[in-house]
Amino acid sequence: MNNTKNIMIVGVGGQGSLLASKILGYILTNEGYDVKVSEVHGMSQRGGSVVTYVRFGDKVYSPIIDKGEADYIVSFEILETARWLPFLRPNGQIVTNTQQIDPMPVITGAVQYPQNICEKIKNLGVKIDALDCLTLAREAGSAKAVNIVLLGRLSHYFDISQQSWEKALTANVPAKFLELNKKAFVLGKDSVS
Amino acid sequence: MKELMLGNKAVARGLYEAGVCFVSSYPGTPSTEITEEAVKFDEIYCEWAPNEKVAMEGAFGASLAGKRAFCAQKHVGLNVAADPLFTMSYTGVNAGLLIVVADDAGMHSSQNEQDSRHYAIAAKVPMLEPSDSAEALAFTKTAYEISEKFDTPVIIKMCTRVAHSQSLTETGEREKHEKTYEKNIEKYVMMPGNAKKRHPVVEARTVALTEYAETSPLNRAEINSDKIGIITSSTCYQYVKEVLGDKVSVLKLGIVNPLPPKLIKDFAAKVEKLFVVEELDPIIETFVKSLGIAVKGSNILPRIDEFSQNMIADAFGEFVDAPKNANYTQIDDPIPSRPPVMCAGCPHRGLFYSLKKRKCTVLGDIGCYTLGAVKPLGAMDMTLCMGASVSASHGFNKMLGANDKNVVAVIGDSTFVHSGITGLANVAYNQSNSTIIILDNSITGMTGHQQNPTTGLNIKGEPAGKINLEALCRAMGFNRVRVVDPYNLAECDAAIKEETAANEASVIISRRPCALLKNVKHKPPLEVDKAKCIGCKACMRIGCPAISMKDGKSVVDTTQCVGCGVCSQLCPKDAFISTK
Repeated sequence: MNNTKNIMIVGVGGQGSLLASKILGYILTNEGYDVKVSEVHGMSQRGGSVVTYVRFGDKVYSPIIDKGEADYIVSFEILETARWLPFLRPNGQIVTNTQQIDPMPVITGAVQYPQNICEKIKNLGVKIDALDCLTLAREAGSAKAVNIVLLGRLSHYFDISQQSWEKALTANVPAKFLELNKKAFVLGKDSVS
Repeated sequence: MKELMLGNKAVARGLYEAGVCFVSSYPGTPSTEITEEAVKFDEIYCEWAPNEKVAMEGAFGASLAGKRAFCAQKHVGLNVAADPLFTMSYTGVNAGLLIVVADDAGMHSSQNEQDSRHYAIAAKVPMLEPSDSAEALAFTKTAYEISEKFDTPVIIKMCTRVAHSQSLTETGEREKHEKTYEKNIEKYVMMPGNAKKRHPVVEARTVALTEYAETSPLNRAEINSDKIGIITSSTCYQYVKEVLGDKVSVLKLGIVNPLPPKLIKDFAAKVEKLFVVEELDPIIETFVKSLGIAVKGSNILPRIDEFSQNMIADAFGEFVDAPKNANYTQIDDPIPSRPPVMCAGCPHRGLFYSLKKRKCTVLGDIGCYTLGAVKPLGAMDMTLCMGASVSASHGFNKMLGANDKNVVAVIGDSTFVHSGITGLANVAYNQSNSTIIILDNSITGMTGHQQNPTTGLNIKGEPAGKINLEALCRAMGFNRVRVVDPYNLAECDAAIKEETAANEASVIISRRPCALLKNVKHKPPLEVDKAKCIGCKACMRIGCPAISMKDGKSVVDTTQCVGCGVCSQLCPKDAFISTK
């Protein structure tokens, strides 16, 4: 079996997961890996559940990640963390925002939003690093920087220099938002979950 | 330096490098980004056409004029463009002509799961199938060589996982390939006498293309095992390599029409057990069986949905030492589904609320507004294909219109121009008492904001021709044409009531730009005055994702709300107030 590593980025359409995968793809390519990034556009963008697959290693074949394969799940929303949990491999790591966004069946009252998701996942013995990214993003200057807060947190788990991350941010976010995003990255990285 | 490149962008890069001069497409997931990336090259003329048939015929004209030409569409778009395709096979081309069709196995964003390879077989044109971005670029360039060498349009079949995956790709320089136009009535005027002479040319070409496929580097055998051999193509090749690696031999087909009988026989002779791994229909499998070779495929893998590595591992577990699928875990709570919804501030919402309130039978169409079928609105009775709302409401009304005057068709601005105008002509001509509602949000929304003939802008956002929908409908003979603002529920309600009651056909244009358009100015978000809110849930009936109930009172998510005010028109206590 090859040494391919798998990162899944999951969230709700419109939360900015595409920028997160773009930055990850950029940095992993620069680090010299073979990389594949796969996402689905179209209908799923309209507030639906969205998922992006990022895979890297010496040689990557499949563009997608299957159940039980993800080394990391990076989640923008806690219900989505629970939804995609079966894709985490044994001993994999979750990095998640604790934000709750009600899906339409919850809004209409047809079903309940599950309670205490973080604790339930923890009780399964799963490694979960949960933080309130929305508050941290607002602290950095914009609620939209949730994606960068999460990336900052994820950077804990990779042996990639701060310089490389900053270079990736510089190359992928508009210049006028660069300082804001650098701040969001550091806030995510240094926060205690 | 290799670049991490989207499959669709790699096709666009291939068009640039192959010296393509003309691109015309209608947007459709997962094909849209090809044209959006191609327009970034100044050397290529690019346009959004009103529909796929018009785009393909435009590309044919450009090829005839001596310039390499291209059109892209999703699988169902090729249904619309099938008419020119089948006869272009007879005329052949002048300069190279490439067609991309992007299939959507798994139906991530489509109304059916058809397998476009049938078109290549039926139209007798070559079809290539890349398995990643690097191949998407290389195959695009090769397709033009094949097109000009064999005098044929060529199809490249993409799928969601190749079109919407990024992989490392190397780029090259642009080449120049141009021809001159020469009049040739026997080749290009397809009336019976000429077409009869062209059909044998097509048959001979298939023989020549089959010979080419036998030795082309686009088809390659990777011999690793004499036990198991797998014939595969496209993204399925990646799943096979991921799971089975070098434990099996693989015949990777880059040309899926015509298929190479000698190459397949030689490969089959080298292995004990032969398999085909292909998504959707058993096309390669049926061909292999027709050669008298025993093969497994559709009996170990499903004929619906897309594949994945776990499915390959499951299917081959008994034949080869495949890695076992990993264990996985989940929480016990049921996980609520998160279906796509109309965005907060979507101009379709108000109109659909009125349709629901009036208990209309709603014949729908393809676009964001198909989400009007989703609860709590549930205001749709049918969605079939582009334009069918208008034509089907005509048929429905001809049969039941005398008894049921509450039937409407709803169709978006882009879809209306695509295929609704001809249906409307039938309503005008054969005089059904139909009410057609054009949902004019001034953009092609679902595919991610492409301009269309009603927006007044071209693919580059520059000023362009603009079809006046009111004038068009009046010119077709409709006396009753009225425009409403879908943010105004009373106005929508009155229009629907009056036009469905009228004793003649009518058109309602529900006009307001998509709330996600960057140039749209929004009002400040609303919030709920908790002292006024009585928790009656009237505002919940519109299915706005920005409104939820907390502790018996409505709450507005001010990060989503754009202040459209539809909810406040339903509130009996005026509890919605501006945050400004």
